[in-house]
Formats: sequence, structure tokens, C-alpha cells
Amino acid sequence: MKKVDVGKKILGENEKYALENLFFFTRQKKLCLNIISSPGSGKTTILARTINELKGKIKIGVIEGDIQTDIDAERIRATEAPVVQINTEGACHLSAVQISDALKQLPVDDLDLILIENVGNLVCPSAFELGESGKIVVLSVPEGDDKPAKYPVIFAKSKVLLINKIDLLDGGQVDFDIERAKSDARRLNKGIEIFPISARRGDGMDNWCDWLVKSVEKSAE
Amino acid sequence: MHETMVAQSLMAIIAEQAAENNAKPVAAKISCGMLNTVNDEVLRFAFEAIAKDTPCEGVKLQVEHKPIRARCKNCDRNFDVELSLPECPKCGGDDFELQPDAPLILEEIEFQTE
Repeated sequence: MKKVDVGKKILGENEKYALENLFFFTRQKKLCLNIISSPGSGKTTILARTINELKGKIKIGVIEGDIQTDIDAERIRATEAPVVQINTEGACHLSAVQISDALKQLPVDDLDLILIENVGNLVCPSAFELGESGKIVVLSVPEGDDKPAKYPVIFAKSKVLLINKIDLLDGGQVDFDIERAKSDARRLNKGIEIFPISARRGDGMDNWCDWLVKSVEKSAE
Repeated sequence: MHETMVAQSLMAIIAEQAAENNAKPVAAKISCGMLNTVNDEVLRFAFEAIAKDTPCEGVKLQVEHKPIRARCKNCDRNFDVELSLPECPKCGGDDFELQPDAPLILEEIEFQTE
């Protein structure tokens, strides 16, 4: 038997593209955020509402990741924001090279903020850096307040946690202890910003949008 | 599920090394941090499926999971973080600074010799 030391990063190819993307965003002084959640947590509704609320303030472009269809891109197109749809044809996450290709189809010069909606999945997308400035994790209240404890990795890696669909807490339609979710999310990530919102009704969107505007300003400096 | 892509990248590197060394690979040692979310069983299953009928068929994978280190901001102790109960083992404090997680690395390949 002969042993050979290799010492190579297995996802080095993805990392290479992620670094290129990161340099691109830094050079262009653009903010890019990678939005990650389970399917059905309301990512697209959040995007559409955010774009509409920030119209006239910041210009947003969107990269949509889905296994199939351009249903989400259609919903973003209705807001008149530029959007590129990526179909992963079965893959459970977006890869950095797909973002690098999508960026060529977006009018980046005219944008302040690029939002990437990753494939709905609370585990796999966290393992693939895209070159983003930060990750945003979305947790909707029907999913349960135990998710930060059960899926610690994505909560540990995210800059912001959006707790969505809080309108469902009215009248006790859903049991969800916001304080428990917050404290579990902060266990591995003391600095995580947490905004409880309802993208459908509009609750809390002002705090989230303020954070976005400030972050965009910081990136543009 | 992303283990399939990890397995593909892994196999590409092993195949490249096998060609360079002109030998048949029989085992590979991988290491990764706790935040890499790689499941050993799923990775082995995916690798086995992809490697079938290739020079990498039969390669045994050994995965070493490296703990995430943290430094307690209260008592300065460095410790391995327990994901289910992240707190300082000395003072019980929960305010700590996480060190960067170890990347996913192909450490070593074992080849058959004549």
C-alpha cells in the first residue's frame, strides 16, 4: 500500500467561483444576500414585498433558484425588478458558478442590491458559498419554533433571521414561541439580527427594510 | 442531499490523483468541520453509486469530523463546541467567539501497490 498526502479542498472548484463573485461584489460596491429557508416559508413573498416597499429608495435585482419552473421569477417580474431564473434540474442548492453566469444577465451597474433566493432547503445550501456578503435565513411560524435547535448550522452562519408569517400567531392559529426561536438561534450566533415579519400583511417589514437600506449604504462606501 | 455533489468532486480529485500516480486507489481519508453538514452514510452511498464501473470503484471512505473551537468571553477558555448545548465547559458561560469551521478536505489517498 502506498499513501499519498493530498490536502485538497473537495469543494475547491465552487470556492474558486465564490471568491470571484465576492471580489466582483466588493469591486462593484454592491450588496449581495443569499436567502435560505425550507420550501414554503415565504421567500418569494418577502422578496416581492421588499422590492415594492423599497421602490424609489434602492434598486434590487433578483436571482431565483428552483429545481424546476419559473413560477418565482414570474412573481418577481410583476414587481418590475430585473430577475434571472436558475433551474437546478434536481440539485438541492445553488452553486457559485451559476451565480457567476446569472450575474452576466443582470444589469448590475444599475442595481444597489442583489438578492439570491436559494432552492428551498434548510440544510444543503448552507454548505455552498456563493460569494455573497451574507446569508439571510427565513423561518415561518408554521414550521415550528424548534427549527433553530434542530438545524443549527444555517442559523449559525446567517446574518439575519426573518421569522415570517407572524400574522398566523393572531388568535392562536399556530403555536410558536418567538422567544424560544430567538434564543436558540442566538446560541451559536450572538450577532444575528432577528426581525419578526409578515410579508403578507406587512408587519415588521419597516425594520427589515431599514436594515437593508443601511447595509446597502455600508456596501456602497 | 448535497453529498452527491461532494461525492462527484471527491471522485474527480481521486481519479486525477490515480492517473498521476498510475495506481489503483483503495481508500481515501476526508476531514471536515461540524458546520459542513456532511452525513457519512449518505456520502458513502453517493460515492459508491457514482464510482461504480470507474477506477474509483471500491474506494473506502473514512471521514473525520473536526470539532468547532470557541473561546469563552467570560473565562478565556478554549473549548470544542457541543452543537446541542453550546456552552463553556469551565464556567458554563454562553458568550463565546466561534473559530472558523474546518473546510471539507481530501487528506490522503491509499493506493494499491504491485
